[in-house]
Amino acid sequence: MHRPIRIAFLALALGLSTIATAFAADLPSVELNIRQHRFEPARVTIPAGRKVLLVVHNRDATPEEFESNEFNREKVIMGGRSARIYVGPLKAGSYRFYGEFHADSAQGVLVVEE
Amino acid sequence: MLAIALLVFREVLEAALIIGVVGAATRGVAGRGRWLLAGMAAGLLGALGVAWGAGAIAAAFSGSGQELFNAGVLLAAVAMIGWHVAWMSVHGRDLAQRMRAVGHSVHAGSRPLYLLAVVVALAVLREGSEVALFLYGMAAGGAHGLATGVLLGVAGGTALGLALYAGLLRIPLKRFFALTNGLLILLAAGLAASAARYLAQADLLGTGGGTLWDSSWLLSDGSLLGHTLHVLVGYEARPTAMMLVFYAGTVTLLVVAARVVARRQRQAA
Repeated sequence: MHRPIRIAFLALALGLSTIATAFAADLPSVELNIRQHRFEPARVTIPAGRKVLLVVHNRDATPEEFESNEFNREKVIMGGRSARIYVGPLKAGSYRFYGEFHADSAQGVLVVEE
Repeated sequence: MLAIALLVFREVLEAALIIGVVGAATRGVAGRGRWLLAGMAAGLLGALGVAWGAGAIAAAFSGSGQELFNAGVLLAAVAMIGWHVAWMSVHGRDLAQRMRAVGHSVHAGSRPLYLLAVVVALAVLREGSEVALFLYGMAAGGAHGLATGVLLGVAGGTALGLALYAGLLRIPLKRFFALTNGLLILLAAGLAASAARYLAQADLLGTGGGTLWDSSWLLSDGSLLGHTLHVLVGYEARPTAMMLVFYAGTVTLLVVAARVVARRQRQAA
């Protein structure tokens, strides 16, 4: 890739992520862990109609893919790493999520309340 | 073993369906087999590289690296498909006529082949890197039946991709390239909508006010049919307004670009 284009792309990405982190400051956020291929807690509650930051810590040594068809998210989280996943705004209700790499045990529910 | 086979199947299916469409869209073009294989091989190599560097990619751009990478890969594929569709709008009819006249493969230059080989490579890279990370975790966890699971998953996914390819080839040559071009446009639009979803997940792009509708009661995107339609035409059971904007924007852009290129070509001729 040409150098100016590469610099332009980098600047764009940096700019976007700066804006994103600035706005993220006052977002409601929820943390959860993955341990032994299970979510802890397996049930998390967030407010309806707002964007929410999910911080998922993978405490296992192996990668996991956090996934939800119901709130349309998917992110690979390497072993021992954490991931930030922005969710919603969602309507009130329950939304399932799971760890795609260990779907038999890694199951959770996101409860969205008014 | 079954869980392994299922996951591998889902990922391989995505790549296999894309390869099926691309394979059909390059019907009758001499030398396409080599290009498609080269695309697959490059994609596999890339997938291993991405899996190996997954930690570094994820950590880049204050933790948004994975989403930016995925969105970039998806949008690059959209650009390649757009270019191909524009090229075909000029040469497709001529290609079909020559194929009917000679009854075998014709030389169309390498452009339609390398563009779509890149699309194949990017599809294999995306799905392959997920499979690689999954299998790495499984192997580290001492899972049994790894090889059987992978074999079953790859066989199942490949079989459906081949079935799609064989089905598309039954379309009469007269309408063939118009139809595969249309399918490629919808496929690209779906990829663009997925890119919008990744960018929203990293909060680099808005959603346009949450979910637009929920048609999962009718067709869940977790089901085989829903998943297949998701890959082929970008079906989403719960899209956001932004995803719809990306979808419709891509369809419009690709259709308009193809028309403009075709008209210019006619004027030049």
